[in-house]
Amino acid sequence: MRITCPLCGARDRREFHYMGDAVYLDRPDPVAPAVAWDDYLHLRDNPAGETRDLWFHEAGCGAWLVVTRNTVSHDVLSVALADGIRGGAG
Amino acid sequence: MARLLVTPATGALPVTAGGMTLSLTDPGCITSLAPWRGAGMALSKALRAAHGVDFPDPGRISTSGTTRCLWAGRDQAFLVGPAPDSAALADHAALTDQSDAWAVMRLDGPGARDVLARLTPLDLRAQVFEPGHTARTLLGQMNAVLSRDAANGYEIMVFRSMTATALHELTEAMKSVTAQGGADPSPG
Ligand SMILES: [Zn+2]
Repeated sequence: MRITCPLCGARDRREFHYMGDAVYLDRPDPVAPAVAWDDYLHLRDNPAGETRDLWFHEAGCGAWLVVTRNTVSHDVLSVALADGIRGGAG
Repeated sequence: MARLLVTPATGALPVTAGGMTLSLTDPGCITSLAPWRGAGMALSKALRAAHGVDFPDPGRISTSGTTRCLWAGRDQAFLVGPAPDSAALADHAALTDQSDAWAVMRLDGPGARDVLARLTPLDLRAQVFEPGHTARTLLGQMNAVLSRDAANGYEIMVFRSMTATALHELTEAMKSVTAQGGADPSPG
């Protein structure tokens, strides 16, 4: 598996650390009800198809990336810098 | 800027095998430049005025004489060679002296690419990684900065504490490539 970092170009998966669903970018307001925080921290979809993850280019440029990929075909559809992206569901 | 005494982490270099040489180099000062948010252009201008180099594009090196500026990650570059003109640069970037943090080696000679290919997942083919390119990547299990400055010449930077491991890995790969008949004759 290769991920095309917007800064570094196509790199081997070994250079990247997987964090989890990009919903982590969609942090609730500190005073949001507990159910919103419970959802944010613990509840995840498990899609057969397109999904968005956070990956860290740990052994490369050190950027956090939003990777859109397909869990069925294993296609990597797009990679973007996480910086400036708001909203994990978008 | 005060310069810490840099003592070579090993006396085992240079190592030669099959026409290749692995040697330790003294790069001079290594200063990390991390531009403040939005200050990238101003930093590049100040760098050019003070040191004759630009803040490099990703994966590139800006060179002026013995002064180099290596892209070193997102919003980070290493000024290599001279002590930094802190008065000129510090308004635009965080400066960190990393001179003593890195061991800097060179691998030269036919087969150098094949040696590195055994250790790094980086695509080393010439059409992807040309002379003048640099990359943060892996060397075995170590984080490294690999730069290519000639058809058969590479600079390898690893964290100083990793020097012995890097030397071991590189020396073994040099012996192995040599034992199997030397450089891959395919171009690049
Ligand atoms: Zn990267």
